[in-house]
Amino acid sequence: MSNKENRIKKTFKALHKENKKAFIAYIGAGDPHLDATVEMVCAMAEQGVDIIELGVPFSDPMADGKANQAAAERGLASGTTLRGVLEAVRRIRERCQIPILFFTYLNPILAYGAEQFAQDAVEAGVDGLLPLDLPPEEDPTFLKVMKQAGLATVHLAAPNSTVDRRQTLAKRSRGFLYYVCRLGVTGERTSLPEDLAEQVASLKTSASIPVCIGFGISTPEQAALAASAGDGVIVGSHLVNIIAENGSNPDLVTLVANRAGELAAAVHGV
Amino acid sequence: MWTLSGGSYSAVLMVEKQYNMPDARGRFGPYGGAYVPETLVPVLDEITKAYKAVRRDKAFQQEFKHLLETYVGRPSPLTFATRLSEQFGRKIWLKREDLNHTGAHKINNALGQVLLAKRLGKKRIIAETGAGQHGVATATACALLGLECHVYMGAEDMRRQQPNVYRMRLLGAECIRVDAGTATLKDAINEALRDWVTNVEDTHYIIGSALGPHPYPMMVRDFQSVIGKEARKQILKSEGVLPDLIVACVGGGSNAIGIFHPFIKDKDVRLVGVEAGGRGSDLGDHAARFEGGRLGVFQGTSSWVLQNEDGQITGTHSVSAGLDYASIGPEHAWLRDLGRAEYMSCRDDQAIAGLHLVAEKEGIIPALESAHAFGALPELVESVPEGGVIIVNVSGRGDKDVAEVARYEGVQL
Ligand SMILES: Cc1ncc(COP(=O)(O)O)c(C=O)c1O
Repeated sequence: MSNKENRIKKTFKALHKENKKAFIAYIGAGDPHLDATVEMVCAMAEQGVDIIELGVPFSDPMADGKANQAAAERGLASGTTLRGVLEAVRRIRERCQIPILFFTYLNPILAYGAEQFAQDAVEAGVDGLLPLDLPPEEDPTFLKVMKQAGLATVHLAAPNSTVDRRQTLAKRSRGFLYYVCRLGVTGERTSLPEDLAEQVASLKTSASIPVCIGFGISTPEQAALAASAGDGVIVGSHLVNIIAENGSNPDLVTLVANRAGELAAAVHGV
Repeated sequence: MWTLSGGSYSAVLMVEKQYNMPDARGRFGPYGGAYVPETLVPVLDEITKAYKAVRRDKAFQQEFKHLLETYVGRPSPLTFATRLSEQFGRKIWLKREDLNHTGAHKINNALGQVLLAKRLGKKRIIAETGAGQHGVATATACALLGLECHVYMGAEDMRRQQPNVYRMRLLGAECIRVDAGTATLKDAINEALRDWVTNVEDTHYIIGSALGPHPYPMMVRDFQSVIGKEARKQILKSEGVLPDLIVACVGGGSNAIGIFHPFIKDKDVRLVGVEAGGRGSDLGDHAARFEGGRLGVFQGTSSWVLQNEDGQITGTHSVSAGLDYASIGPEHAWLRDLGRAEYMSCRDDQAIAGLHLVAEKEGIIPALESAHAFGALPELVESVPEGGVIIVNVSGRGDKDVAEVARYEGVQL
């Protein structure tokens, strides 16, 4: 695999050496605008966040809850396009090397052109993507194009995925395997599912790559708890809600980065 | 060759001898498939398996048939449109889905799927609705068979199809208002999908058209094929020949595929689907996917989609809520590629004129959706020889649309 995937691998390797779990922060690109996205990503990297997921805004985010829907709407309203998000990554890369994944629906990439996207994304410094509405067997050619260009294609496993399915997903996923710990859409929840540790343990038996846990994790306590079960934790809607409330606050970047830093510290402390 | 545009010889052979779609992966050529979040993969597999089983299950098919006959009132009549035929100089027959219980073809699919949901052991049904007809049909089937029912409906559609909102409530269903996005059908589908990924364990999602991820386009088509099967028998009985032309409106495409499918191998029968041409040809002003759209992946399936250059789904416009949708069932895209079916569009004003025509000449007020098929007739008859036979699918009745038509015409009720 190319050196791009290595940015993710390198991060997990370094964490592993220190016996630490990964903290992955999600924000919607272009929310409230792409300049802020660039600043927030760099500031979060400085606060100890290990990996960034950037949501590519889509008009019809069917797998997202209210928080991310609103973020996508704000992103589109600020004129954010896939091309624009790639440009923002180029700007980020002048300043920091934190691994960046695109959390995206398929259609904007198809409209851009899969091959062109793969090439431009790698060139911009994107490390991979999580195609939300693309089960791995649905479009093998698309995934091959991404992989050959050097992008890690992360698949999501769900609580209701069968044993066979978990094995397939674990085998085909690159970078890490994303365990969606809840049935449902993205969004904050007040508690973690009780069978989390068990579920993740079962996934880890088939996965040779790290297993990271997301969907509904908000507080440092929850993040720490989830981190003890897997190799990493993803927090999205919670940060997105902070952005929603502070869109025009001059301290937006600091507020988001500080909260991300607290979450990262909680995860690293496990 | 049976189309204006013409199909290739290999496509002709394929249609005649071996039209057997979709393939095992839910593909109609390059279209279809199941582009869904991972949480839905197991449940779609489960539905596919269960559906395959009931397709061959005599008891299930008998129960379905029994309900269609004794509850829906099937077979629906094929009515000879005397005065329309005189006007156009062609023999025009109307397939009367408007006479079904609940007033549209939607009940065929709703009953089939509620029966399937019972087999799957699901207790809770969700659905989306545009015109409200699918919502009413689903609420009805749930009342009949004792399941809990929740229907998502865009705020804009609730406004223009108010009588149907209250009908759903009377039937014991909950109608949930959707304000997101354009507040129309696509947004209602998004909300229903969000509900479904959250409640997959006890919930079955009844999609109302030949849309969405596999196996829905196939399953909905099969449940709606009763329309074409009956029409084929009826026209052979009354005219002794197959029709020259069949016309149906196309939202997601369920009434059209339902009447088309049993005629696909009859290569001399032209099949024409009519999309909503809205108020003009600019993106956002219509729902003519084959005119302003391109290949994309939307709400679980690959098909023609109205979208901007960044792949964002664009708003649509149609006077009829049921045709106001940015994508089209994948099988229609494939039939069009094969040259086996043709598609055209009909503007709002032409549809309204079509509605007046059938109302005044035949005493039938069609749904605004079905009115699009009539709006296309003046143009279509030109390509049918004089005395030729035409079937128009009257997918639903217009009671729900009376207030909206008055509003369109600036009449205060
Ligand atoms: C009467 C009627 N006809 C047609 C349609 C369009 O749907 P489809 O294309 O699936 O038949 C609707 C949808 O609401 C409808 O109510």
